[in-house]
Amino acid sequence: MIEQRPMAERRKASAALDEARLRQQAIGVRLRQMFDEVVNEAVPDEFLDILRRADQRGSEKG
Amino acid sequence: MGSAVDNPRPERSAADDAAFKRELVQLIPHLRAFARTLCGDPTAADDLAQDAMMKAWDARASFQMGTNMKAWTFMILRNQFYSEKRRSWRQSQLDQEAAERTLVAVDDPEAPVALDELRQGLGMLPAEQREALILVGAGGFAYEEAAEICGCAVGTVKSRVSRARRALHAILEDGAYDRDGASAGDAMRSILADAERLSTVR
Repeated sequence: MIEQRPMAERRKASAALDEARLRQQAIGVRLRQMFDEVVNEAVPDEFLDILRRADQRGSEKG
Repeated sequence: MGSAVDNPRPERSAADDAAFKRELVQLIPHLRAFARTLCGDPTAADDLAQDAMMKAWDARASFQMGTNMKAWTFMILRNQFYSEKRRSWRQSQLDQEAAERTLVAVDDPEAPVALDELRQGLGMLPAEQREALILVGAGGFAYEEAAEICGCAVGTVKSRVSRARRALHAILEDGAYDRDGASAGDAMRSILADAERLSTVR
């Protein structure tokens, strides 16, 4: 009788903890997805153009 | 190739540059994604990512091949961001963007509401918590690497990440943000549903 109440409370607390963990995981998944969405976008040509031009400038100088 | 550590760097060969360039090109998508989280506005983010890419290219002689180029370039990008004080206009940018995204979300029935809420929630976090959470939670960096990128102690990164997680959870849960119509409970429900969907897809 004495032990029952703390037990129930503990169980409740641990269920809440599981729930919180689940939610954190869900947010984590979403966060990665948000980031990966941009990672998976096609890189605009401009990036490679700029790099190519810089590379050519360097080899002309050297 | 492997003796670079032992020898004082001699002439930089064309092969060195080519190897560096190959690795740098592979990092462009990640630089763009990180820049997007800092700037919000995609165009400004790409400007930032290009600047960082060029800074990295110019500094290639100081990079030791075989070490973590991703962390190195992220550090360059971050320094660039803060040195240019792009933060000052970030806030006004966010408001306009949020309005645009809302329209996009309505147009596309597949677009989950939660993504928008998550971005808004992130926007409410202090900058140092946001970047720590993004580097560790989305960028796949270890705490040690994130600490190096941000120029702070590992323990600081750990506490920032955990505070960011708690705060973001609370924001999404309690609707600390304000968006017409949509309640925060919907955002969290939607995020949970997405996570389930994604975990079954992958």
